[in-house]
Amino acid sequence: MYRSHVLICGGTGCTSSGSAQVIDALEKELKKNDLENEIKVIRTGCFGLCALGPIMVVYPEGAFYSMVRPEDIPEIVSEHLLKGRIVKRLLYQETVEADTIKTLDNTDFYRKQMRVALKNCGVIDPENINEYIAYDGYQALGKVLTEMTPAQVIDTIKASGLRGRGGAGFPTGLKWSFAAKYDNDQKYVCCNADEGDPGAFMDRSILEGDPNVLIEAMAIAGYAIGASQGYVYIRAEYPIAVKRLSIAIKEAREMGFLGKDIFGSGFDFDLDIRLGSGAFVCGEETALMTSIEGHRGEPRPRPPFPAEKGLFQKPSVLNNVETYANIPQIILRGAEWFASIGTEKSKGTKVFALGGKINNTGLVEVPMGTTLRTIVEEIGGGIPNGKKFKAAQTGGPSGGCIPAEHLDVPIDYDNLIAIGSMMGSGGLIVMDEDTCMVDIAKFFLEFTVDESCGKCTPCRIGTKRMYELLDKISKGKARMEDLDQLDKLAHYIKENSLCGLGQTAPNPVLSTIRYFRDEYVAHIKDKRCPAGVCKELMNYYIDETKCKGCTLCARNCPVGAISGNVKEPHIINRSKCIKCGACMEKCKFGAIEKH
Amino acid sequence: MKSLAELQALRDKMKNNMGIRNDDEAKARIVVGMATCGIAAGARPVLAAFTDEVSKRGLNDVAVGQTGCIGICQYEPVAEVFMPGQEKVTYVKMTEEKARRVVAEHIVNGNVVTEYTIGANAK
Repeated sequence: MYRSHVLICGGTGCTSSGSAQVIDALEKELKKNDLENEIKVIRTGCFGLCALGPIMVVYPEGAFYSMVRPEDIPEIVSEHLLKGRIVKRLLYQETVEADTIKTLDNTDFYRKQMRVALKNCGVIDPENINEYIAYDGYQALGKVLTEMTPAQVIDTIKASGLRGRGGAGFPTGLKWSFAAKYDNDQKYVCCNADEGDPGAFMDRSILEGDPNVLIEAMAIAGYAIGASQGYVYIRAEYPIAVKRLSIAIKEAREMGFLGKDIFGSGFDFDLDIRLGSGAFVCGEETALMTSIEGHRGEPRPRPPFPAEKGLFQKPSVLNNVETYANIPQIILRGAEWFASIGTEKSKGTKVFALGGKINNTGLVEVPMGTTLRTIVEEIGGGIPNGKKFKAAQTGGPSGGCIPAEHLDVPIDYDNLIAIGSMMGSGGLIVMDEDTCMVDIAKFFLEFTVDESCGKCTPCRIGTKRMYELLDKISKGKARMEDLDQLDKLAHYIKENSLCGLGQTAPNPVLSTIRYFRDEYVAHIKDKRCPAGVCKELMNYYIDETKCKGCTLCARNCPVGAISGNVKEPHIINRSKCIKCGACMEKCKFGAIEKH
Repeated sequence: MKSLAELQALRDKMKNNMGIRNDDEAKARIVVGMATCGIAAGARPVLAAFTDEVSKRGLNDVAVGQTGCIGICQYEPVAEVFMPGQEKVTYVKMTEEKARRVVAEHIVNGNVVTEYTIGANAK
């Protein structure tokens, strides 16, 4: 029995801010103080507050330390763990009150959240199946195998209203019922863990923090549709997730949650991992299955849908990680419980990866129907440096931008589509007034041009042409006809592409044209970038009245574009200037402007 | 894993080991003074005895923690017991045996061990 548990985040976010070194330092320091038998160190998954990593929570006090460095460890050990005096200096500032510490659930970041899919993330040790079991792990699988028929399982999932969390929002129960309908000697259950949207890390965090939930849910899906084999398709760029899932699969086999005759029910199920090399198109269901089969990851036309002819031409079900993470709780707590959360057509919660110009970068889970304002202003802690909110991008390269006027729209599948964006897998990138919308559209299109697999013409050539038009606009070389051409091309690509990648690729362009047309027009007609981002359209100037002639800018200019005598106003030679902004950064008198 | 009952037994056992990670407010708390004075007077074995006894009895809603010096160094080792809705009780000059008795009588049965309290020992 340990008198204290120290939980340290070992997710990718905190690992990259140095949590592994913190754990090393802690283990050494505990040994030095002869405390290793009294205090247990647990490496958990993501707590969500990635901006403040590495994160450390000490129980039984529940003290939440943020941005812990290895140098802080001796103080935490000698003061807190040995003498019981919490090191207030290192606590997450919001939890510190005059004489006591607030519990984490009461901080702005966590108060409005509701953790269903992330229930165990940051709570349990993901590399120890016993901790998952302590939190009701595998109870749902046991219940399904001993008390329910496959049809009852499917009916429960249908009644819960769960929809696919990978982006399109297809009803999960319905998908399972299709695959269950087809008789075959072999069926498959697959998991899409090929999270490819720039800025999205929900699935990775679930795999890193609670890998067993995926195993349990996939076994349940296997029972429901009559499959005995599952595959998790996960990108090789997620080494921590792959490692933890491998450990979990091994432990689950040893405990008999995978293998033959699970729970003495006669049901057999096993699971294997297939690594993807990070091609965005492999997140598309038919391309993903083709890739598992060992072929080049390219989509194929549907129908036949995977429920009829999927992996190896057998009936298959494919769901996203977050979708699966909801399944065990729906079984244990009932479809009514799940259906009571969220909006009329979108039930349950949704995990968002908050990124961009926001104070609390990290992972949040909120009930469907929460407004964007709540997520950005309350949970996200607003926008840094007092800047103004301009737009939020959801759905990554397949989604669109939500402008400030729609901040109060309750977020669910249907509302997002109505305002020209989409749920996507849950990446949520916040943009402030310094963001150029043409530049953003160009960024996402550059991504899809790179990631287009090249199989169908509309996507392969169409996205490239769209990118060229955007490039012209951002360089001030476009005419108004180009904007119409862009719009026409976008609709053509949407209607004629083979798979979801091409069908959604124009969305970032269409939604930015819809809400920020004036910015496009400013680029085209006035040859001006209102946000001051597009380099070709702006110039640096020195204000003669403010320049003191200190020569600092001239000395820092990497191309020698600034000239002038000491104590006299300087001048920038525009033909030499590369617009790097070094002079503006260095100037102590605010004499340099760009417009 | 052959039956749901087997899984539930395993869950209950594992839950015991993780009880201290609950954030629930309503639970008994035992706090041992672990400043220099406390440690010098032998607070470490007392703390270990509390932890051990609580765990042996499977009291997973009881937290054992430590605190700094509360200013009565001559009475160390000092342990304080906080029960929901009751005033805290301060035990002084604790030993391992006394710690085990406090768990049995005070935490489990709700009877304060008066003879160990500061009131009985103060002169």
